[in-house]
Amino acid sequence: MARRRIVLKRRNVVARILKDRGDALLITGLGSPTWDAAAAGDDAANFYLWGGMGGAALIGLGLAMAQPRRNVVVITGDGEFLMGLGALATIAVQKPRNLSIVVIDNQHYGETGMQESATEHGVDLAAMARGAGFENADTVYTAKELEAAVPGLYAARGPSLVAVKVILESLPIVLPPRDGPDLKMRFREVVLGDGTTG
Amino acid sequence: MAARKKESWPADIFRALQQADVRQVVYVPDAGHKWLIDRCERDNKIRAVPLTSEVEGAAVLAGAWLGGERGVLLMQSSGVGNCINMMSIIQECRFPLLTLVTMRGDWGEFNPWQIPMGQAVEPVLEAAGVIVHRVDEAARIGETVAAATYMAFDAMQSVAVVIGQRVVGFKQWGK
Repeated sequence: MARRRIVLKRRNVVARILKDRGDALLITGLGSPTWDAAAAGDDAANFYLWGGMGGAALIGLGLAMAQPRRNVVVITGDGEFLMGLGALATIAVQKPRNLSIVVIDNQHYGETGMQESATEHGVDLAAMARGAGFENADTVYTAKELEAAVPGLYAARGPSLVAVKVILESLPIVLPPRDGPDLKMRFREVVLGDGTTG
Repeated sequence: MAARKKESWPADIFRALQQADVRQVVYVPDAGHKWLIDRCERDNKIRAVPLTSEVEGAAVLAGAWLGGERGVLLMQSSGVGNCINMMSIIQECRFPLLTLVTMRGDWGEFNPWQIPMGQAVEPVLEAAGVIVHRVDEAARIGETVAAATYMAFDAMQSVAVVIGQRVVGFKQWGK
């Protein structure tokens, strides 16, 4: 199968997805997806990972199970997601309808020198998600396909996975807050209300 | 399993978890936790979540806490080594962590491949910032888990209750 041309830019993709988030809760995987979400605008309902590679989708799972009435979106990168592929099975077994995973897939490790990732060599994350039993799993290459995919991320028909193919870019890093307890506390206040502790 | 009487300690653990209002029980199966896993799966307030690897556990429990639920990670000693980098989320954000580790490679172990990780469990956990409560008497397990739930969920600590192979029992060749 001939490879399709990659044209989308990651910051535009993330901003477009978050434009429609409503009160959805967001987890971002370490590295570029965290910078992308910060560039789209900080929000107390964003929990940015600065470490814990391979854990983003699973934090989304724990959150989605605890808050079944809230949409939970995880935005992460191909390298981060590849490190925790077992999450596909773990999540598929629990079937959280309110959980959507977006993999911003530039097919490279952007933070460490742009080494090729497995997706550059044809590993198909959407096919793996379908094989695990995800309700919805697609790969997006164009703005039109992205428009078609965004409503499904917030439709509570999950678990869903959308791999969005994006071009390789070196972008200015936009830093969100990074103090772990602060990020945790402000997020819990959004979810649980004022006066929460811990 | 030799050297194993019918013990009530798994039921003691279950009661301590119920009293602490633990809702997510995430696990990689271990024979030592078999009764507890079965009991959690039958409970309609608890979600029992099988993991493909123990490394997933700290991440799921961090998400649970962000959403207002308490959880526990059940694993065998060999799983401890799989978890270490993910513990950095727990430490940096001061998430509570409660894990109950059943030991292999510890006492009367017949399988030499279990021994390296079994012997490394406590120093590895402590190096990762986890408080270790070791317990080798069945009668003390329930109270130890109850105490650990307070330290985890009220004092925001990461706590491992390490249940010795002396309690769990050991496999013998050919059995």
